[in-house]
Parts: sequence; structure tokens; C-alpha cells
Amino acid sequence: MSAPTIAASEQRAMDLLRFATAGSVDDGKSTLIGRLLYDTKSLFTDQLAAVEAVSAARGDEYTNLALLTDGLRAEREQGITIDVAYRYFATPRRKFIIADTPGHIQYTRNMVTGASTADLALILVDARKGLVEQSRRHAFLCSLLRVPHLVLCVNKMDLVDWSQEVFDQIADEFTAFAAKLEAPDLSVIPISALKGDNIASRSEKMPWYEGPSLLHHLEHVHIASDRNLVDVRFPVQFVIRPQSTTVTDYRGYAGQVASGVLKPGDEVMVLPSGLTSRIAAIDTADGPVAEAFPPMSVTVRLEDEIDISRGDLICRPNNAPAVAQNIEAMICWLDESKPLRVGGKYALKHTTRSVRAVVRDLHYRLDVNSLHRDEEAGELKLNEIGRLKLRTTAPLLADEYRRNRTTGGFILIDETTNRTVAAGMIVEAN
Amino acid sequence: MPPAYRVSHLAALEAESIFVMREVVAELERPVLLFSGGKDSIVMLRLAEKAFAPARIPFPVMHVDTGHNFPEVLTYRDRRVAELGLHLVVASVPEALESGLVVEPSDGTRNRIQTPVLLDAVEKYRFDALFGGARRDEEKARAKERVFSFRDEFGQWDPKNQRPELWSLYNGRHHSGESIRVFPLSNWTELDVWHYIAQERLDLPSIYYAHERTVISRDGMLYAVNEFIAPRGAEQPFTAKVRYRTVGDASCTAAVESAADTVEKVIDEVAATRITERGATRGDDRVSEAAMEDRKREGYF
Repeated sequence: MSAPTIAASEQRAMDLLRFATAGSVDDGKSTLIGRLLYDTKSLFTDQLAAVEAVSAARGDEYTNLALLTDGLRAEREQGITIDVAYRYFATPRRKFIIADTPGHIQYTRNMVTGASTADLALILVDARKGLVEQSRRHAFLCSLLRVPHLVLCVNKMDLVDWSQEVFDQIADEFTAFAAKLEAPDLSVIPISALKGDNIASRSEKMPWYEGPSLLHHLEHVHIASDRNLVDVRFPVQFVIRPQSTTVTDYRGYAGQVASGVLKPGDEVMVLPSGLTSRIAAIDTADGPVAEAFPPMSVTVRLEDEIDISRGDLICRPNNAPAVAQNIEAMICWLDESKPLRVGGKYALKHTTRSVRAVVRDLHYRLDVNSLHRDEEAGELKLNEIGRLKLRTTAPLLADEYRRNRTTGGFILIDETTNRTVAAGMIVEAN
Repeated sequence: MPPAYRVSHLAALEAESIFVMREVVAELERPVLLFSGGKDSIVMLRLAEKAFAPARIPFPVMHVDTGHNFPEVLTYRDRRVAELGLHLVVASVPEALESGLVVEPSDGTRNRIQTPVLLDAVEKYRFDALFGGARRDEEKARAKERVFSFRDEFGQWDPKNQRPELWSLYNGRHHSGESIRVFPLSNWTELDVWHYIAQERLDLPSIYYAHERTVISRDGMLYAVNEFIAPRGAEQPFTAKVRYRTVGDASCTAAVESAADTVEKVIDEVAATRITERGATRGDDRVSEAAMEDRKREGYF
């Protein structure tokens, strides 16, 4: 059974769910994505024909759906997935963006990238093999990146005779592990991606399973309350001052609401200056709005003339982020050419603010498999994770990452090569 | 949760694209928007209008003109540029042929020779950020490209050496001579674009809607018979009701059979179609499995 096609009139009420997929080699991740696309009529006949032709030419025994997502020449030649691929499908309820992250090569870098914007992460395991080292690693990275919803898909149930016992054992083991991670909302679903069981509709082979199919879960998982509507955080991106004879004296602060709800009349504070004013109006190109909330891009005007520029942040006087130059953070190192070293200086980008930062201390390197902390570590290499202390040249307007993914996340950039070398999650700022 | 705090997927995509455009203008010095008169660049231009309102769009637009144009599209381009008071830069392939920068390929298609012409204009005007309307759902190489896509001093893309892109923290840093291609519509699909065209009541060149045209059938696609495409061998011209799903170089862009003469009908048609837009209409993508990746490496969009 497959989801109906979306007619013209229906689509505008849909919301958007971004999810990341992770799995080890041969867990059937590509087959699962192929199945989701196929069952939602999002797979096109020319794409399928191209994949079939390449599969046949290479002598594959079955149509290799991995070829759908392995778009780069090197990936096809080496038969591996190198980079995060983005895929799109929609049902009448939701539009989905899949960040498909490869399971082996550069797994941490890719997984962290895909998870950084995900509302939900989908981890696949092979029912015959159960949890493997990578499953735990993927779950850990999802919790580190604070992905609010986690789904474990126990795949290839057809190869274990649709056994409830096998499923329960894996589900219990994973649930116990996830509890240690402060894992968010967790669901476990038995599936067969190849046969389509519990993908778009409930499987008849597993009457003992009483939960929803995967697609039903993806369509209905409640994501609206994942947004932080409490803490007003509006990083100023750009100051709009038209040089025009028809629009005079306009001064608006353009940006995307990171969290909270802004309304005209609200008393606000501007950081880092600490000056206060009231919101005069919230403008969009379609006219003023009565409120602004995430993820809206708007232009805020204030009642008073205050000197505000890019990188400043508008919040409420009684609920402000830290104005901090000493940052404690978890770091994932993403660069293969040079390791992170204590004393290293980097450009740091946090919301719309760019500063310089020096690494003061590396407290420990974390083994993502055992969660063991190596306090003797002097550097972080590619794909390694650690906790460190940074000192910045100018203050960041920062929250803990666990409280706010936008005002709690940052990247480090190598000032010589301009490469993005690290992803950072703020633990403490003062 | 009051329903008022719900955001439709289209509003979320719009907000993301506007954020991306503002980041570029805030962080890079000389942006330009690639405007072909195609539907994606028309949507991009609308987003630029919204991102900076009530100010004017703070960058020029550029058209890489292959000389193989649909007249309806050129007319549209010039009208839109005038309405918005924009500065238009034309990077002309015919001029580059004359000056010897590029040589006409033997098959007469100019898709590939656009790239040196584009790069020449980027160098001449010292553009450091180029907005393109490419979407990740279009093609498998594009599915792996960043929103901020770094190009070296030769305009080349290195797919194995892309900058990781986390959260909405885009890295636009580059050295002199290098540049960033920016794709604000990365997460939009063809259907999203059409829904947005309907929502914003955007005017499009007429060839996007069903009309009668004399065509020939070649490689399973319908090509308009015009000054660039003549029947070969046994090909018999016939009249068909068609529309264009994409608008590219007129010598290699095909039409599809369609009765969709309004935006609502096009949306229904796109929602029901089982063939990708590039697969249905672009001869240039059929060269090889990795045709798009190879062109992108050279500096193509």
C-alpha cells in the first residue's frame, strides 16, 4: 500500500520534518530509503531505470538502490557512500527532508552534520546481528547533537522469521543503552525494508507488534513542541536601511527567530550593550505581523534609536543568554589535515557573530564506543570528540546547547585554510 | 500548542532561503544572482525581494546568454529587471565565440562552453558570491552539494573536499580570487517551487504553460523546431500541445506533452509525474552517469 499523491490544494497545510538516517554497512539503509521514496511515489521512473541499468551492467544480483543516493563518481566507482546526501519526499501530512549519512567512511563528521539540523534520527540495525558498536555510536552522536526524536528500526525481520523474541531483545538492549545517554523520545520499530513490512503500512507478519508503521510514525511524531517558544533569542543578521526617496528613516533589524515569541510592544534588551527598548513593529515583505516565532525570518523595528549591528542579539530583559568569553564546550573535530591542539587559535562563528577563539584546555577526549574519558589526550584528530575550554576575543551571546540548539552551537574555522574544522556544543558559558 | 505557532513547509523553506540570502549579503562583498528567466531563478529573485524589503535588492543579476534563447524568456528577463530596478550583467557566449575565449562544439550545443564564459565574467566583475537556483532534488550530484559551495580560483568544485555544513552556520570565508556558489533553494523540490509560484502569484514566461508548438521527437523527447533545431533524417515535425518543465539552452531543452495551461494544473501534473524534470527535458544530462558532476567540477552550476 502506498500513500496517495498530493493534490494541488492539499499541500499548503503540510509541515516539515527533517530526519537523519544512520546505519552500518549492509543494514539495508539504502533499501529503506528507496522503499520510503517508492511507497510515497517520490521515486521517479527515469531514476529507477538508470539505477537498474547500472546495476545490470555491474552484474549486481538485484537492483542496487544504494545507487540512487550514491551520486558522485568516486562513490559509484568505489561502491561506497562518501558524503551526506539529501533526499525529499512528501505525504499529504508532511514534507520530509532526509539527510542520508554514510555508515562507515567519515561516519562521525557526516553524522554530526546530518544530525545538526535533524528533528529526528533513524538508526538501523540488522535483526540477525543486533546492536553493534556503530549503533551505539550513532545513538551517542544523536544525543550529543540533541536530536529530539530517535527511532531504532530493527530491519530484516523477514530473515529472523518475524520473531518477537529477537526484536524484544534488541529493543530492550537499546532502550537500556539509550537511558544512559539522556536520549530523547525513543521508538523501536520492527521492519523489513526489502519486503515493505511496517514501512508504509502495518505488517501482517508481526501481529505481536502494536505500534505504528515507520511512515505513520514519521507523519505523526509531535515536533511542534520541540521548538523553544519560551526564551526570546533574535540574532541580528543584517540592518535594513533603504537608501531611497520613497522610504525614509527606516531602520529594521533582519534575522531569523532562533527561539521564543516576539510581539510588538514587548520590552526587549539588546546584547551585548544591555540597552532596552520596545518592539515597534515586526515587518515582513508581505506586511507587518502580530507575532514572530521560529523559524520565521522577519525584520524587527524598535521604538528607540539604539546602535545595533550584525551579531547583536535581541532578547527579553528578564531572560537573557550569557554574555561570555569563557566557553566550555563539547567539540567534534572535522578536519583531516591538522588536529586540534591546546593553544590553537581559530575563527569562531556563533549565530550571526564571528569572533576569534583560543583553545585554553582540553579536558578529555571521549571514546564514543565505550564513553570512556581520556584525560591525558593532548589533541583531537579527525572524527574525535572532546570537551574543552575556549577563550574568545569578544563575548558570545550564548545559551547551553541542551537548552537552545541555535544559540548553543558554533563552528570553528581554520584561519589559514578557511576550512570548517570543528562543530561545538556549548556546555557552559560565563 | 496553539495552532498559530504552526509553520507550513513552504513558509519554513522561504524563511530558510531568506536567511541564506541575508547571510551572503552580510558576509560577502560582491554577490550576484544568476537570473536566466527560468522558474527557479524567478523564485530566487522573489525571495531576494522579500529578504531586503523595503530596500531594493542589494546586488546585480547576471544572465549567461548562450545565444540560444527562447524569445519569450528574454522578454520576460528584461521586463523583470526593469520592474525591480536591477543592474543586469550579460555574460555572452556569442561574444566569447567571437573573441576566441571558447570554440563552438561540433554538435552545436553550447551547454558546456557556458562555463568558461561564466568564469570569465566572475573574474571581470570580481564577484565573490554567486546565487544559483539549483535544487538538490534535481540531480544526484547536486544532492550532495552544500548550500554554501566553495570554489577555488579556477571556479572548480571538489566534491570530496567540501566544507561540513552544520546547523545554519554557513562558512563563506575565502581567499581573493576564490568564490562561493550559494544555493538558497537547495531544499526545495520542483513541486515546492510550483506551490510557491502559485502562492506568490508569480508571473512566468508563457512557455511554462501548455501551448501548441511544432515539434520533433528525438531520443524520446520532444524538441521544438526552431532556428536551433531542424528535423534530421526521418524525423517528422508535428504539432503537439506542450509546455516546458525547465528552461535552458534552446538547442538542448525539450518540452513535455501537457494540457496544463494554469499554475494549478501544472501543480497537479507535477504532483502526478513519474519522471524527473531533468530526465524529461535535458539532453545535456544524458551524456554519462556523472555528466552533471563533471560539468560542476569545471565550474558549471
